[in-house]
Amino acid sequence: MSSVAPSPPQPSPAGGGGSDTPSPAQRGGGGTAANGTRAAAREGGSHAAKPLLAVENLVKHYPVRRGLILARQVGTVRAVDGVSFTLNRGETLALVGESGCGKSTTARLVLRLIEPSAGRVAIEGEDITSLSGAALRRLRRRAQIIFQDPYASLNPRLSVGDAIAEPMVVHGIGDAAARAARVRELLGLVGLAPYHADRYPHEFSGGQRQRIGIARALAVQPELVVCDEPVSALDVSIQAQVVNLLKELQLRFGLAYLFIAHDLAVVKHMADRVAVMYLGRIVEIAEKRALFAAPRHPYTRALLAAIPHPDPSRRGQVTPLGGDVPSPMAIPPGCRFHTRCPHAAELCRTQEPPALEIGPGHLAACHFAATLPPVAAAPGGGLSSLAAKRLALFAAGRPAA
Amino acid sequence: MQAPLLAIDGLRTVFRTSSGEVAAVDGVSLAVPRGRTLGIVGESGCGKSMLSLSVMRLVPRPGRVAAGSVRLEGRDLLTLSPAEMRSVRGGQVAMIFQEPMTSLNPVHTIGDQIIEAMQAHEAGGRDLRDRAIEALRRVRIPAPERRLDEYPHQLSGGMRQRVMIAMALACRPKLLIADEPTTALDVTVQAQILDLLRELQAETGMSIILITHDLGVVAEMADEVAVMYAGRVVEQATARALFEDPQHPYTLGLLGSIPRLDEERDRLLAIEGAVPPPFALPPGCRFAPRCPFSITECTAAMPPLRELAEGHGAACIRAPVEQAVAA
Ligand SMILES: Nc1ncnc2c1ncn2[C@@H]1O[C@H](COP(=O)(O)OP(=O)(O)OP(=O)(O)O)[C@@H](O)[C@H]1O
Ligand SMILES: Nc1ncnc2c1ncn2[C@@H]1O[C@H](COP(=O)(O)OP(=O)(O)OP(=O)(O)O)[C@@H](O)[C@H]1O
Ligand code: SF4
Ligand SMILES: [Mg+2]
Ligand SMILES: [Mg+2]
Repeated sequence: MSSVAPSPPQPSPAGGGGSDTPSPAQRGGGGTAANGTRAAAREGGSHAAKPLLAVENLVKHYPVRRGLILARQVGTVRAVDGVSFTLNRGETLALVGESGCGKSTTARLVLRLIEPSAGRVAIEGEDITSLSGAALRRLRRRAQIIFQDPYASLNPRLSVGDAIAEPMVVHGIGDAAARAARVRELLGLVGLAPYHADRYPHEFSGGQRQRIGIARALAVQPELVVCDEPVSALDVSIQAQVVNLLKELQLRFGLAYLFIAHDLAVVKHMADRVAVMYLGRIVEIAEKRALFAAPRHPYTRALLAAIPHPDPSRRGQVTPLGGDVPSPMAIPPGCRFHTRCPHAAELCRTQEPPALEIGPGHLAACHFAATLPPVAAAPGGGLSSLAAKRLALFAAGRPAA
Repeated sequence: MQAPLLAIDGLRTVFRTSSGEVAAVDGVSLAVPRGRTLGIVGESGCGKSMLSLSVMRLVPRPGRVAAGSVRLEGRDLLTLSPAEMRSVRGGQVAMIFQEPMTSLNPVHTIGDQIIEAMQAHEAGGRDLRDRAIEALRRVRIPAPERRLDEYPHQLSGGMRQRVMIAMALACRPKLLIADEPTTALDVTVQAQILDLLRELQAETGMSIILITHDLGVVAEMADEVAVMYAGRVVEQATARALFEDPQHPYTLGLLGSIPRLDEERDRLLAIEGAVPPPFALPPGCRFAPRCPFSITECTAAMPPLRELAEGHGAACIRAPVEQAVAA
């Protein structure tokens, strides 16, 4: 098969000097969870054997029809075209790629909000693509979603308290009093106040609405939260608040995140592992540090090279990738990236590259993934010492929230 | 020093609302040097677009410019007649917006729209179609002969933004105002557009006002930077000085809020609270309620932009903060 295969459970990177981001294993088991009964109970199981989520060769094709009466199929949008990955408990896997590459479609398939054309989605080994009725409802309780647009995802006629309680009502959890108490608890968790329960969405800012969306997703104590561009629509200062909140909640409840974003700096901050998508398929997947330090797929390299750094001394290092993304109705033969790839050879135009294993859990679907020259480390970087000193003072002197 | 191409002084743009008159731009003074790029950064609602629309005299009703001057090579645009202003617009000054789809007409071909933009400012002469093709070639659109007959919806977002740039440059402006020209685009396409703007600036010597909320874009493109907060410029410096020696607490907050590829942090700094709306501005320094360095004096009077180094100003009485904290 030519798709990227599911990656094995992640060993911590050799040498592992990084101390700031705990690995998933450290996270769950370390007893850090204050409210950790559920997290601890889960971690106690034989989770090493089975990932929380396993996606295999997932496909979603949309027929394109023309004509009103005898709607003829004139083509196929290959929105998701053979995607495989796994996600462990308490872990964050980021899904990145340009607009239209199939990130949201993958998210919807994982939650079975839409039906796949082919492939398998398993939660703890149980294939959910054939579930129905009560079994499907149980699944829905375990996996929740947070959307990009907090404006569109909240019903304007529902008070915030009712919006947050709604998933509990759907799943028949608690009575009215218990749900009201839980709503107050959730509001506190996301940094809002109990009196906000009686207000309506239009009375809130974008960042506050995103907090409401998070509270709602957490209401039924999910294990997996799919975050579809949860901070893309927010201003940077608000984005930072929500990113910090998502990280805190993950530690506290042992949540697994499938985190969709197009901002690679946000991804690097949030993720444990990263999957890069191009035209419906994962072209590279790796542990975060490996992916950013030593990307092996030309498309990953192009994405990284296109990012302007907040550092004028690095000006001029941005390298644009030529051309446009081809239509998902006309995916190029061979390697789907060959029309834009600086390394493309004859082989690439005819043969679809298999996923090559570069290192543990690091796969890249490029014929030359193993032989591409290493990327030169960029000079410069980081905040100036003066800026760092002042930022530290800012952090130390922060007024009470 | 050479006189700047554009000098904005004490600009104030107001809206009449149900809760009284509010100022979207409140006493902004800025200069745009010739052939250089001024970056304007700030979060949503801080007045970046209203500032540029004020320069173009395109502020939508019920807004209006209430005070100040906008001098282009010495001539105050705010005193021009509507006819004179029309010839400035798309003549010496052109503007491009975030979403090219809303500023392109969906029912006309790309070619017709470029030709119209060219005709608005000079009579025919050479074959207009050839010149439209040349305009598309200048913005590096492949197969321009074919593209000319296509409609906006047939083009990708990046191609549409190129068409907008081609139309804006058709009249060889001295100043291009680009309001978030890459915000709606993917990062690879953004890199193409930024590259193009830089090349065109080198070719033509035009000045650019680049509005963005992306500090990476600012660092990549701007020579000078103005940081706006709640309708005012709170810090102004060369790009290098702004990033190496950031002075205003809001600038510090912005720098701390963005995750970086070149550094790992456990927690982002984040600025507590949110930007105040223009009808509920706090007294004194508008950043005071969110500022960890604020003291009573901060709320007593609006701090003026104070020069802390040559060409580097910050509107904060506590800057530089390390001295204030030590004192
Ligand atoms: N219901 C549908 N019918 C036909 N095509 C669809 C449908 N839903 C999505 N697509 C197409 O599938 C492709 C993938 O869409 P998807 O929304 O998953 O992309 P994405 O990676 O989330 O993009 P973005 O970053 O813009 O959100 C796109 O080309 C899209 O137009
Ligand atoms: N018609 C209007 N009536 C009242 N206030 C208005 C009106 N239009 C704009 N404003 C106010 O003017 C202020 C500045 O808006 P502006 O569009 O310039 O912000 P911006 O910095 O460009 O934000 P963004 O990054 O979201 O584009 C905003 O606070 C907005 O509320
Ligand atoms: S397989 Fe070929 S075309 Fe595809 S990314 Fe690798 S080098 Fe480029
Ligand atoms: Mg999407
Ligand atoms: Mg704007």
